Parts: sequence; C-alpha cells; structure tokens
Amino acid sequence: MAGWLRTSAAALVCFVALVLLGRVLPNWFVLVATLAFAKGIVALGLVVLMRCGLVSFGQGIFFCTGAYAAGLTMRLLGLDDGVLLTALGGLLALILGLIIAPLLAGYRGIFFATLTLALSMIAYGILDKVSWLGGSDGFNLHAPSFVGYHPATPQDVSYAIFVLTSLATVVAAALCRIHFDSLRGLLSLAARDNEIRVEYLGASVRWVSGMNFAVAALLAGIGGALSALSLGHIDPDFAFWTTSGEFVFLAILSGYASVTAVFVASIIVELVRSYSSQYFPNTWQGALGLFLLLVILFLPQGLGSLLLVRRGKPKSQEVRAESGK
Amino acid sequence: MNLAAAIFLDGLIDASWLFIVAVGLTLVFGVLNILNFAHGSLYALGAYTAASAVGWYYGGNIGPAFLGYFVMLAAALVVAIAIGPLMERGLLRLFYRRDEVVLVLVTYALFLILEDATKLIWGVNPYYAYEPYGLLGDVSLFGLNYVAYDFALVGLALLTGVLLWLGLNRTITGKVILAVIHDREISGAMGVDVNRVFVLAFTFGVFLAALGGAFTAPKISVQPGISIAVILLSFAVVVIGGLGSVEGAAIAALIVGLARSAAIHLMPSAELFIVYLVMALVLALRPEGLFQRTTARKI
Repeated sequence: MAGWLRTSAAALVCFVALVLLGRVLPNWFVLVATLAFAKGIVALGLVVLMRCGLVSFGQGIFFCTGAYAAGLTMRLLGLDDGVLLTALGGLLALILGLIIAPLLAGYRGIFFATLTLALSMIAYGILDKVSWLGGSDGFNLHAPSFVGYHPATPQDVSYAIFVLTSLATVVAAALCRIHFDSLRGLLSLAARDNEIRVEYLGASVRWVSGMNFAVAALLAGIGGALSALSLGHIDPDFAFWTTSGEFVFLAILSGYASVTAVFVASIIVELVRSYSSQYFPNTWQGALGLFLLLVILFLPQGLGSLLLVRRGKPKSQEVRAESGK
Repeated sequence: MNLAAAIFLDGLIDASWLFIVAVGLTLVFGVLNILNFAHGSLYALGAYTAASAVGWYYGGNIGPAFLGYFVMLAAALVVAIAIGPLMERGLLRLFYRRDEVVLVLVTYALFLILEDATKLIWGVNPYYAYEPYGLLGDVSLFGLNYVAYDFALVGLALLTGVLLWLGLNRTITGKVILAVIHDREISGAMGVDVNRVFVLAFTFGVFLAALGGAFTAPKISVQPGISIAVILLSFAVVVIGGLGSVEGAAIAALIVGLARSAAIHLMPSAELFIVYLVMALVLALRPEGLFQRTTARKI
C-alpha cells in the first residue's frame, strides 16, 4: 500500500476510535484529552520546525493569535460556529506567521529561540495592557455551536469540542506524517544535518525553514482556537513564555521521529499535571520539572524512539543519526 | 529637566543590579554554552538567604550595624558554594553532549524545581530585610531625594564589573577561562582542565546571581515570583549585549535600565513590553547582540 494511503487509513481508524471512546470515557478525561490534543497540535507544529533544526520558544504568539482571533470573533461579531472559529484562528496565525517568517528565516539556534521568545513577550505585553482585548483578566467565551448543531448540556458541548479537536488532530497528524515522508519533508532533516551541504545541492534552507515556520504557526493557531473554545476563557497567559516553554517541553518529550508520540506525550503531561496538582498542590511545578529532567536524561530521543523500538522496527535512520552524535 | 534626571538616575540604579545578575548569566553562557533559565531562581535564593541572614543578624543585635553588608555578602557566597558545584557536577554535566536547546530545557526544569523548593523552605509570605537599606542615609541629587544605598549598589556594580574584567584579562585563571570560552577543545588539548574551569565559572555565575539577589533584598519584598521577573529581564540584557560578552552586558544593562525607567515615568503600562521591543529591535539589526563574538565557522 502506498504510504499516504496507509497513513490516511490509520488516521480514519484513529478518528473513529476517538469518537467512540469519547462516548465511553468519563467527562473529566474527555476535557483533559481535548486540551491535551489542542496543545499537541501546537507541539506538532514545533516538531515540524525541529526537523529543520529550529526550536521556537515563542509559539505562544501564534497560540494566542488563534485563541484571540476565535474569541474576539465570537465576542465582537457574534459568530459562534466552532469549526469556523477554529479555521479562522488557524488562518490568522498563518498570516501572522507568513509575515514574520521572512524576518526569522535567517536565524538559527539560540538566536532564533530568543527572538521568537521576544516576539511572544511583546504580544503578551500588548494583550496584558490593551483593555478592549480583555486586559490582564482576559474574557470568557460562551459555548460554541457546530455547523448548525447547538449542544444542550455542558457534557454535550465538551464532547462536541472533543470530536472537533480529534478531527483536527488526526488530520494534522496524517498530513504531517505524509509531509515528513515526502521529499520536501526530508529536506528539512538534511538542513538540520548540514545546511551548507543542502545549499550547495541547490535547495534553499531559508525557504525550507520559512515554510516550516508558517506550518508551525498555522498549527499553533488551530491549537490556540481549540484550547480557547475548550477552556471557555482567554487571557494573556496564552502568550506568556511559560506557555511557549510547555510546547517546547512537549516537542522534546515526544521527539521528532513519530507523530503519534506527540499526542501520547501531550496526554501523559496533561495527566501528570492534573494528578500532581491534585496530590501535591504546592509542589506540582517541581514534580513536573523532575519529570521533565528524568525524560531528558533517560529518553534522549523522546517517547517517539520508544514507540519505534517497540514496533520491532530497526531504529529508523533519523533516530540512529541522532544517537550517533 | 527634573524628569530627565529622574529617568536617568532610576535607570542607572536599575541597571546596576541588572548588570550584576546578567553578567553572571552571560559568563556561564560564554564558558559552558548554557543559557541558564534557573539563574532567576538563584537570584531568588540569594535574596531569601540574605533576607533571613539579615533578619537574624539585626534581630539578635549580633554585631555593629554596618557589618550587615558583610552578612549579605556571606549569604551570597554560601548560596554559590552550596549550589554551584552541586548543580554543575551533579546535573548539568550529564547533558553537555546534547543540543543547546535541550540544555535550556534542563535549566527550565531546574527553575521549576527550585521555585517550589524555595516555597517549601521560606513559605509564600514576603520577607523584608529593610535594615541595611536606610543605614547609609539619604542623598539629594538634582533636587531629587534618593536613598544612598541605591547609589552604593551602582558602586557595587562598577566594582563587580571592574574586578571581573581585571580577573578575566589580567590573571592566569582568567586567561584560561577566556581560552575555554574561545575554544574548549583546543584548550583541553593544551592541557587546560576544562572540567575545573566549568565548575569554577558556573559557581562564580551562581555567586553573581546570588549577589544581585542579596543586595537587592533590602530594596524589595522578597516573595515568590521575583525569580521570573529577574530572569526575563536579565535574559533580555544578555541577548541585547551579545551572549557571552561582559562589556555587552554592561551596556545592555544600562540600555534596559534606562528604557525601563523611561517607560515607568512616561508610560507605566509599557514596562515589560519596552524591554522586549528593544530586544527584538537589536536582534533584528544585529542578530548576535551588540557585542558579538567573532567565531570561526567549524564544519
């Protein structure tokens, strides 16, 4: 079977399974999973970036763009269709990404990371102070509708958002997998390995990183809009550096070999967070930090490497190249 | 005129402690190639330790009042010696072969852990160590009244900068550190004990963070959250100045201090915003900061 066909089939199976599971699982888990998937989509965007060797510490700027685009459209224009709002959030983040991409495409390593951090902190500063954007308290959103369907109970609303998020998740994951295996996607890995070589072979590293940046922005916008809808509340913390740091955490945790690993990692982290905030209310941040340290120490290639090994495959080329460093 | 003087003096005072903290961050980056997110927590540890020590010293009437400053200095030293070698040898060492960004994430994890550890030890209520603040009296400049301690801080920053410069450029150890900054592999090949330099530089970086914390403790209320504010600011200072550059950190601390005090006087809501605006502007024009190190490209 052709690779893309197999991926699409797997995505379809996953989606159906998720929709069915959402009916069975308790409501709190559905809420956790929705948020985890929404954040996972953002982290997936970071994985796209990481494949060409770039790490952004400022995905918060696109995350908040998506969230505020959705929220403000609902608040000011009265539109409340969840699908439309999500698409709009993604679109606006993509536009912002395309504007910023040419500025950033020349930067590498720690400079890229710090510049993206600076941009997101500027966004945070603006959101925090401008009162018609909600100021530092942010604002609340009411329950969205879904292409004419108005869920009646809060449970129905959260289930509907879960289905929408799952749909966005599997589509994004499948598209990314297909992209990663394509020639264009593999070029990113080559650029990560040795930029000069790629340039000499006739490809543009600038173009590759710019495009990856735009894709990451789009995904962060979608994730932001979905998070806003699911939480029902938006505040400037969406752009704060700790939020961006969390996405980097997720991306490093999952590694860049497997797409599924991103969402598995995201669910694990969300569970660790909710459990540790429940059982160690005063030290859950420290517990999260410890968890992060242990993962970086003992799983250098992220959870993705674990999934690949378990499947009985020989370690893929990319993982081997990385561990040989 | 008065406003300009106020902006200038406030900016200068702000720049002084910022410089002390940021130069530690930049030194650690220069030698170890680590952008230490936990630097703010080390600042906080210094502030808490100093606040406790000062409270103990003045509360028990242990000795003459002016010796309180040495108590603060000792507090910073204790933090550096207790934390520095432990953190570098015990933890960071394990990640040196990994990506720069992974190391940033490791220190981010440390930041989270230290935050909670600080809360566990000192609780969430603010500490005040006001005694040393008023000890030097007040001064009047351009018709503005200032607490003399603030200018003592400027002096301390100058002293730190000069001593650091002399130490790096005029002593053997300093030259060895500079050699490691320039090229760690060649230095190792020449017989430099790179590991020792790492421990030394990191511990000194911790000391500078703790020193900044200890000597700002009398000016502020020491409470959870100060580490975040400090790391965000000193981070901007270091990036503006150029990672690893001591001179750059001094100039950038001044720029950030002045920009912040201008914002506070003229447009209070832009306080944090303006720092990052300056940082973005500088990075857009000079990607490696104002004082970039020229490095040979290795393939």
